Amino acid sequence: MSDTNRSTGTQLVKRGLAEMLKGGVIMDVVDAGQARIAEDAGASAVMALERVPSDIRRDGGVARMSDPEMIEGIKEAVTIPVMAKARIGHFAEAQILEALGVDYVDESEVLTPADEAHHIDKWAFTVPFVCGATNLGEALRRISEGACMIRSKGEAGTGNIVEAVRHLRSIIGDMRKITQADAAELFDWAKRLQAPLPLVQEIADTGRLPVPMFCAGGIATPADASLVMQLGAEAVFVGSGIFKSDDPAPRARAIVEATTNFADPTLLAKVSRGLGGAMPGLELGDLETRLADRGW
Amino acid sequence: MKIGVLALQGAFARHAAVLSAVGAAPLEVRHAGDLAQVDALVVPGGESTTMSMLLEASGLREPLEERLAGGLAVLGTCAGMILLAAEVLDGRLDQRPLGAIDLGVRRNGYGRQVDSFETEVAVEEIGAPFHGVFIRAPLVERVGPGVEVLAEVDGHAVLCREGNVLVSSFHPELAGDDRIHRWFVESAAAGPDPVPEG
Repeated sequence: MSDTNRSTGTQLVKRGLAEMLKGGVIMDVVDAGQARIAEDAGASAVMALERVPSDIRRDGGVARMSDPEMIEGIKEAVTIPVMAKARIGHFAEAQILEALGVDYVDESEVLTPADEAHHIDKWAFTVPFVCGATNLGEALRRISEGACMIRSKGEAGTGNIVEAVRHLRSIIGDMRKITQADAAELFDWAKRLQAPLPLVQEIADTGRLPVPMFCAGGIATPADASLVMQLGAEAVFVGSGIFKSDDPAPRARAIVEATTNFADPTLLAKVSRGLGGAMPGLELGDLETRLADRGW
Repeated sequence: MKIGVLALQGAFARHAAVLSAVGAAPLEVRHAGDLAQVDALVVPGGESTTMSMLLEASGLREPLEERLAGGLAVLGTCAGMILLAAEVLDGRLDQRPLGAIDLGVRRNGYGRQVDSFETEVAVEEIGAPFHGVFIRAPLVERVGPGVEVLAEVDGHAVLCREGNVLVSSFHPELAGDDRIHRWFVESAAAGPDPVPEG
C-alpha cells in the first residue's frame, strides 16, 4: 500500500513506541494462555520467553532465545506489542527476532550472555531494543549502542524489590547530581561513568535520559509498582511476580491499576486487597548467580 | 482553557508538555472528579486495550460518555482514535469503543513495529505539511458521512473531524511541532462548530 516516502526504523519511531508503553505494565509470559490473561488484565505489552526468570534461576544451564514457534503463538494470541529476549551480544538471535516481527527486543541479562565484551550494535536494526542497566554509565553505554528504552535491572526472579530500588536510585541520583555540575565537571562525569560526553551533557540540560526509563527485576505487588513509579520509573516490567503468584489474573490487574494510580494510596489499598499469596521471593544473600552483574 | 489529558496509560506526559507550550493549562485526568474540571480533553496514544480496561475500573467511562454526548472538544491520537471511533476492527471482542466519531478503524492496520514509519502529511488547515509519526498505527477503513477527512496518506484518512471530535492516526505530540495542538486548543476555545449537514 506504500506510495508515499516512508522512513522506518528511525529513532523517533523506535523511542516513540517506548513512549506509548509509559504508565503501563509489561508482563513476562511463557505461552499463549498466559499472554491472554496478561492482555485481559490490561498489560500494555507482553515479553515472550520460555521460562520466567525464577525458573531459569532454579533450573540453571544456558538460557537462550525462545523457540520461534512459541513466540509466533503468542503474537497470534494478543493484539498488544510482543517483546522477546536475545542474549547479550547475540546479534544472530536478535536478527531472528526481527525477522519474526517482534515489536521490541530485550537484550537481556536474564539469558546467558553470548559475548563477554560486546553488546549488540542496535543501530543496525529496524526493530527497537530495550536494555537493562544497574547504573547511569551502563544506561548511557547502551543508549550509545542504540537502545531506545532502558530498564533498571533489579535482580530478576527474586520477587525482591531491593535491587530495583538500588539501581533506580543510583541512575536517578547521578542524573540529579549532573544537573548541578558545571561544564568542566561534566568531562569528569563522562570519564567516571565511562559514557559518551554528549549524552552526559544532554542529561545536564534535561535532567533525564534521552530515552524512556522503565523498571524491572523484583516487582511482585501493587505496592512495589507504586514504589518504583514514585522513585521515577516511567513503566514497569513484571516477570515472575505474576505467574508465580497464587492467583495471577487479579494480581496482574491490580498491578496495572497500581501503576496508573501510583500516587494514590487509598486506591492502592483497595487494589491490594485479597490477592492471595505473592511469589515466595529470595534473599539476595542466598543467591548463587547475580544476573544484574551480566552486562558491560 | 483547562485541557485534560487522559492519564490512564500511554503518552500523556508528552501531550501535556505540548499543551503547556501552546499556553493551555493541562490537567491529568484519572478520575471523574478530574474530568469535571476540564474544558476539553486529549485522549493520547498508548495501548487501547489497557486504557479500555482502566476506563471501566476508574469509573471514568460513563462520565466521559456523557461529556462526549454534550459536545466536549476532544483530540484523540492513535489509541485515542481507536477509543473514540464508532467501530474497531481486529480489536478484542470485549473492546467497546466510545463511538464519538463515525469511523471504522483497524488496529495495527499499518503492521507491526518494524512497519512503523515517518512521513510528511499535507494538512490544509494548518498550512505547511506536518511531520507524521505513525507507530503501530490504526488504519481508517470506513469514514462515516458526517466526518470530514482533513488529511490522507496513500488514500487512507489519517486526520479526521466530526463536530468537536478531532482524531489522528499519527502522533502530533512526538513531532516537535505544536501546530495541531495549537489549532485544537483554539478551536476548543472558539466553541462548538455547527455539525455539518449531510
